[in-house]
Amino acid sequence: MIEVKNITKNFNGAPVLKNLSFSIESGKVLGLLGLSGSGKTTALKIICGLHQPQSGEIFLNKEKVSLKNLTQLRKQIGYVIQDGGLFPHLTAKQNIELVANEAKMPIKEFNQRLEELLVLCKFSPSLIGKYPKNLSGGQRQRVGIMRALLLKPKILLLDEPMGALDPITRFSMQNELKDLFTKVGCSVLLVTHDLNEAGYLCDEIILLNAGVIEQQGTMNELLANPLSDFVSTFTRSQRPLQ
Amino acid sequence: MKLSFLLILFSLSAQAITVGSKKFTESVILGEITTQLLNAKNISSTHQRELGGTQLLWNALIHNNIQAYPEYTGTLAKEVLKISPPYTFDQLESSLKKFGIGMTRPLGFQNTYALGMKRSKAQSLGIQKISDLKKHPDLKLGFGEEFKNRPDGWPGLKQYYRLPHLFQNALDHDIAYRALNNDDIHLMDVYTTDAEIAYYDIQVLKDDLTFFPEYQAILLYRLDLPSEASQVLHLLSGKINEQIMISLNKKVKIDSLNDKKVAHQFLKKSLNIQSQVKSLGLMQRLWHSTLSHLSLVCFSLILAIIVAIPLGILASKYHKVGSIILSTTGIIQTIPALALLVIMIEPLNWLGLSGIGKPPALVALFLYSLLPIVRNTHSGFRQIPQHLQETSYVLGLGIKTRLLKIELPLALPSILSGIKTSAVLNIGFATLGALVGAGGFGQPILTGIRLDDYSLILEGAIPAAMMAIVAQLSFEALEKLLVSKGLQSS
Repeated sequence: MIEVKNITKNFNGAPVLKNLSFSIESGKVLGLLGLSGSGKTTALKIICGLHQPQSGEIFLNKEKVSLKNLTQLRKQIGYVIQDGGLFPHLTAKQNIELVANEAKMPIKEFNQRLEELLVLCKFSPSLIGKYPKNLSGGQRQRVGIMRALLLKPKILLLDEPMGALDPITRFSMQNELKDLFTKVGCSVLLVTHDLNEAGYLCDEIILLNAGVIEQQGTMNELLANPLSDFVSTFTRSQRPLQ
Repeated sequence: MKLSFLLILFSLSAQAITVGSKKFTESVILGEITTQLLNAKNISSTHQRELGGTQLLWNALIHNNIQAYPEYTGTLAKEVLKISPPYTFDQLESSLKKFGIGMTRPLGFQNTYALGMKRSKAQSLGIQKISDLKKHPDLKLGFGEEFKNRPDGWPGLKQYYRLPHLFQNALDHDIAYRALNNDDIHLMDVYTTDAEIAYYDIQVLKDDLTFFPEYQAILLYRLDLPSEASQVLHLLSGKINEQIMISLNKKVKIDSLNDKKVAHQFLKKSLNIQSQVKSLGLMQRLWHSTLSHLSLVCFSLILAIIVAIPLGILASKYHKVGSIILSTTGIIQTIPALALLVIMIEPLNWLGLSGIGKPPALVALFLYSLLPIVRNTHSGFRQIPQHLQETSYVLGLGIKTRLLKIELPLALPSILSGIKTSAVLNIGFATLGALVGAGGFGQPILTGIRLDDYSLILEGAIPAAMMAIVAQLSFEALEKLLVSKGLQSS
């Protein structure tokens, strides 16, 4: 589980996050929503240690994250970004193997785990030797997810994972992700600006505005009881299909 | 460690007496005569021909990189010993002694600086003596680098005669003759024994206020030479008068005879000494210069790669150190090659290496190779997209894995293209190595320019160009082989 307590972050003196606090239980999916520049990606980067907050604390499975244990704790985190974040000079398999080698995973165990992941992420074994540039957007995303899940992380962080996908791929990917989240059972933090996507995938949603939580709750709560004008504007700005 | 080991390898051949010569024909002929004479008297000797300027040779002599070379009293007094006229021969000799250097009695001719104009031009303007130049401030001047800067050259002359002319860019002495003949320039510095004076029908202007000092030709040598060797050098005193020197110069420069043969004939005729002349065929010469050029380029490039890639990585990671590294390697690039070669004599000698021959050329090429590799490594690393760098952190990859498995392979195309640039530039720069006697394709080019012999220039220029093309193609092939298929455009 993740616990974020009173995180404050400034960039060049300008506040990006102000006293942000939330937690995600194991097996739960939390969506972090907001406009561009609302601080959602910054929050995610602070959790995985890419940025240091000015104040506040983060606990991963009750253990406080510090610079000392960061490298160790990162092994419990799976991280997926837009377009998979694959290294272009490595094949799909090499991208995943990189993490296995770093964790000194025996080859036999790696091959076994890879087979599981191929099934789990519905990725064709015939594509595993291809370079990212020769894969489609959806395929790259699957490789990114397989890489993130290799070490069976307790926490999965996803930053706009479907941002670069076409609507059809995006739709089927959303279905697969929902299925996947149930199967892996870890705490998932999903950063997105798509309310429908968040509503479909997440148990709970946080709507961020200028670094502050405007409202936290289920999709239905946000729609039925918006706590501010911003929330109602945000929820109403998604155009329903005619 | 590796560097000094390699350089020591190159400087191990310094047992025989090395005679140096400057990069103009008369000096080369005198150097060749001296070398052949020593060898004929069973004193093993080699000729490091066509080395840069006076300072280079003098420094090489006092640091024992060469043991003798032909010089002129006027140059010695003004340029080296900084003694103003009037001075006696004995004064020069005792001043030299402090440096552990001796000199022979005059060889028998004077080769003084003078100003020359095309006869037709001089006549049409009514110029006969240097004072007459004052009335013609618009004349285009074409002086050599040494004359331009030496106190006994243009700066002193201009002040002494109060000449109004402006002069900025120096011209190679041999090219100046051709430029004068084509009316591209009107006035040049000449040496009074130059064979071209007669050949191009040049009017030598009278030094009516006697500015130019005496330039008696002599041989300088180290006093720690074995006495039998210095005795042999003294054999040449008084044996070469002005007429003989002009005719020797003419044979080489105008009649295109090989300077080795000309020296051989002189020794036979004037001293009745039979010397050995080894001359190589075209293919042998090509083979030698290719090997020597290739060794210069390869060793300097390998050293540069070993040093520059880590420097480039360092520069990309730490901003402040980076700007120091980048600007330092940039400044090195702006140092003129000859200056760099002269500056290096002292530190190289301090390291126990020769300041003449391959070591200075290698170091200069190494230094010149740094910039493209450092810069491209730096930019290759800086261009790695931020999201990939972040991903490698979050995946928990260690520093070593990130460097070797992620950053280096991603920066490799840029690094390789830096190495390719360095290699191609190096092949060109290495021709300058001939100025310090490092051999290579520069040697025939230098001699070719000096003798106005196009076939010799091409003998150096064509293989150098071909080597550059081969290097370019090989690096492109290497790039295909080393760079991940994922990064290559299909």
